[in-house]
Amino acid sequence: MRNIWTVATNTFREAVRDRVLYNLVFFALLMMGAAILVGQVSIGIEDSVIVSLGLTAISVIGIFIAVFIGVGLVSKEIDKRTLYALLAKPVQRWEFLLGKYGGLVLTLTVNTAAMAVGLYVALWTVKHPLERSDWYVLVAVYLILLKLALIVALAMLFSCFTTPFLAILFTAGLYVAGVFAEDLRTMQAVGLAPETMKLLRGISYLLPNFENFNVMGAVAHSRGVPASLVWQDTWYALLYASLVLATAAVVFSRRNLK
Amino acid sequence: MTGKNMAVWWLPVLLLAGFTGVWHLQESIDQQKNATQLEQDQLMLLSGKLVQKLSLEYAPLMGAIYWTRVVQYFGEKHRLHQTNLELLWPLLDIATTVDPHLMPAYRFGSMFLSDHPPRGEGRPDLAVQLLERGIRANPEQWRLYQDLGNVYYFDAKDYPKASAAFAEGSKNPKAMIWMKVMAAKIAAEGESPETSYFLWQQVYQSTTDPMVKKNAGEHIRLMQVELDLKAINRLSDDFQKQTGHRAARINELVQAGLLNGVPLDPDGFPYALGDDGKAELNLDSPLLEKQLLEKQFSGPSSP
Amino acid sequence: MASPAIEIENLSKEYPHGFLNLKKKRSLENLNMDVQTGEVFGFLGPNGAGKSTTIKLLMRLIFPTAGTARILGKSIDDVSMHRNVGYLPEQPYFYDYLTAAELLDYFARFHNLTAADRRDRVQRMLKKVGLETAKKIQLRKYSKGMLQRAGLAQAILHDPQVVILDEPMSGLDPLGRREVRDIILELKREGRTVLFSTHILSDAEMLCDRVGVIVGGTLRGIGAPGEMIGITAQGMEILFELPEAGTKTPLLEKATKTGERYRVQVPECELYAALEQLKDARVRILSVAQIKPTLEEFFMNLVDADRAQANAVEVSGQ
Repeated sequence: MRNIWTVATNTFREAVRDRVLYNLVFFALLMMGAAILVGQVSIGIEDSVIVSLGLTAISVIGIFIAVFIGVGLVSKEIDKRTLYALLAKPVQRWEFLLGKYGGLVLTLTVNTAAMAVGLYVALWTVKHPLERSDWYVLVAVYLILLKLALIVALAMLFSCFTTPFLAILFTAGLYVAGVFAEDLRTMQAVGLAPETMKLLRGISYLLPNFENFNVMGAVAHSRGVPASLVWQDTWYALLYASLVLATAAVVFSRRNLK
Repeated sequence: MTGKNMAVWWLPVLLLAGFTGVWHLQESIDQQKNATQLEQDQLMLLSGKLVQKLSLEYAPLMGAIYWTRVVQYFGEKHRLHQTNLELLWPLLDIATTVDPHLMPAYRFGSMFLSDHPPRGEGRPDLAVQLLERGIRANPEQWRLYQDLGNVYYFDAKDYPKASAAFAEGSKNPKAMIWMKVMAAKIAAEGESPETSYFLWQQVYQSTTDPMVKKNAGEHIRLMQVELDLKAINRLSDDFQKQTGHRAARINELVQAGLLNGVPLDPDGFPYALGDDGKAELNLDSPLLEKQLLEKQFSGPSSP
Repeated sequence: MASPAIEIENLSKEYPHGFLNLKKKRSLENLNMDVQTGEVFGFLGPNGAGKSTTIKLLMRLIFPTAGTARILGKSIDDVSMHRNVGYLPEQPYFYDYLTAAELLDYFARFHNLTAADRRDRVQRMLKKVGLETAKKIQLRKYSKGMLQRAGLAQAILHDPQVVILDEPMSGLDPLGRREVRDIILELKREGRTVLFSTHILSDAEMLCDRVGVIVGGTLRGIGAPGEMIGITAQGMEILFELPEAGTKTPLLEKATKTGERYRVQVPECELYAALEQLKDARVRILSVAQIKPTLEEFFMNLVDADRAQANAVEVSGQ
């Protein structure tokens, strides 16, 4: 466990020193701009717009970080050979992997929390005082974080066995597929055989259903989210990410480093 | 060595067990979401203009995305046999504001906005609004006039306006010749079964949208039923003239040589004669239910 | 006698290559080699011979196709074996956003050391490799020599019994190489076992108790440097100057001229006859010395023989 923590904190340190967190500046500017724009247009749903825009930005920025840096976690260490000296220490490969994962999730948590603060500041400027229902936004942010944690796991898995470029493509592709997984289940396409429909249904369960984590609609309209959904989403993310990481650990343990 | 090989067998087992768990979790999550999600959630921003501004140069993409949402929404409603389509208009409104050249949206939208429940929303006025926007943005698309004419004819029952729409559309050199014919016919006669049948046929043949085709097909089959029933009633009257009493069962007409065999409805079920001696659909035929719904919503204007 | 620090048995490594990875390339074939405790062992060979492959196999960065190895009695599969082994990778690159002190501290955390112990060791190591003044500078600003020294520091930080260095001198200037050599000698004095690979033969001659020569994936010879090349001298070399220009002597044709000086090689049995000839020509003799073959020649012969064999194999179409 200690080894995992050591790798995780170093990964976090790397992210900070590599100025990943500078994206927060961009986000802050975006939120400011939105607040100003909305203040001028004044269509009676300013808070809804700020929340929607803010959550979308948090999600999109988070996904970019999760995919690009997630893929780089392993591949950068292999390409630059920084991994070699590390693996010569008494540390298992899977400990290294989990540590890297933990470090990026930690970075994302800090990043997302900072963005949430920014969102609330923008929200406060168009609507103060804040109501109870505005705190539901935090739930939406938490669910986005779960989603990001899952994406990082996928990015790591792919980077363990293909080139960085392909890993990015696969992860992004799987993300898009995962967003539409729910639709795959419910769609009624005309002219497909029942066996094909069953197969598609099966695939829709295998894909990571990212829409599970999307409560933007409810929250933007100031409605809460049931606690049981939050619980289930948490379990879903934990379970799915664990499966992915376990696979990554096995793949990585057998890989010949160049 | 042993560590490596062990992993090879426990991993598939773990994945199998794990994904089974994922499946169950997913099902309960789906239930949760269906219970708590409201439809308006699909519309983040209700103003078409705002969406258009935000789309930047990706307006056609945004339009397409909203359009897929429409199809999805509609399909889902259909599947669940729900009849309130209150989101249909907002979605179509946004989609066509964002991308005024979204042709499939106009045809589909106008049909399902104006058609009465349970098929559509029963709002021909919204359909007219939609189509007029479409015509303004795409004046060269004569089919929009066809759709406009259909809306006025079938659902708004405004025959002068219907005729005018067909006439306007027929001015386009690419328009088919029947547009002019229809304009004249409707101006002269108003509603007639032959006209209705013909117009639905035109929609059926010219569309590639599966839902539109299905709907047109249904209308055609129901029209066919009306025509068939009319024909059978005429034969029944002939029978009465010949024999002096009304036929009680279709077979009697066959035996009397007035029919070659028991006629079947478009779904393949044999017609029957009711207690009042009038022709009617077989009790088992799925068309019966549709016919009843049609009568319920369209008022006492059927033959 | 104590068991060897490193035991390698029939170690082999094949790589798939070629179209669709159908062909197999043997980069290491049935290596059998031992490194005794406390000795400095040089692993020699040209580029691509299999030295790095062997070391990476030992450190479990790649996996053998066949064979086993043990370090300090523990199988290379056992990660806990790494507690007692220090490793310097070839052309090392470390996290460039860290300073030397941070890097060493980071690596030290993987060994069960107390915080105080860690601090102490990091300080000592930095001093030992001469990086104390640069310890707060980020590694991205380090020169190659400094990086190599940092690498050495992380390799010996935890007081390992066995130290494995992959091409530790590569890319260093003479000063850098001297520093690395000194560190290796110090490790030897401390009683540690050192295995290092190199293709710089003079370094090996100077430092190693024994060497192993590997060419084309197979071990060609193993033993003390002197043993390998044979002590037998190949003859005598006479260095002389002409008293005045134009002096003639038969040996002149066989001599090589450098400036004003001439060198000629003669078999030992002919030494005195040659000296007589030169005496008659009144040549000024500067020195007479034994010709000793170098490791380099031995090496070159091996490589040439290997290449000839490879060509023959290619020609015959196998």
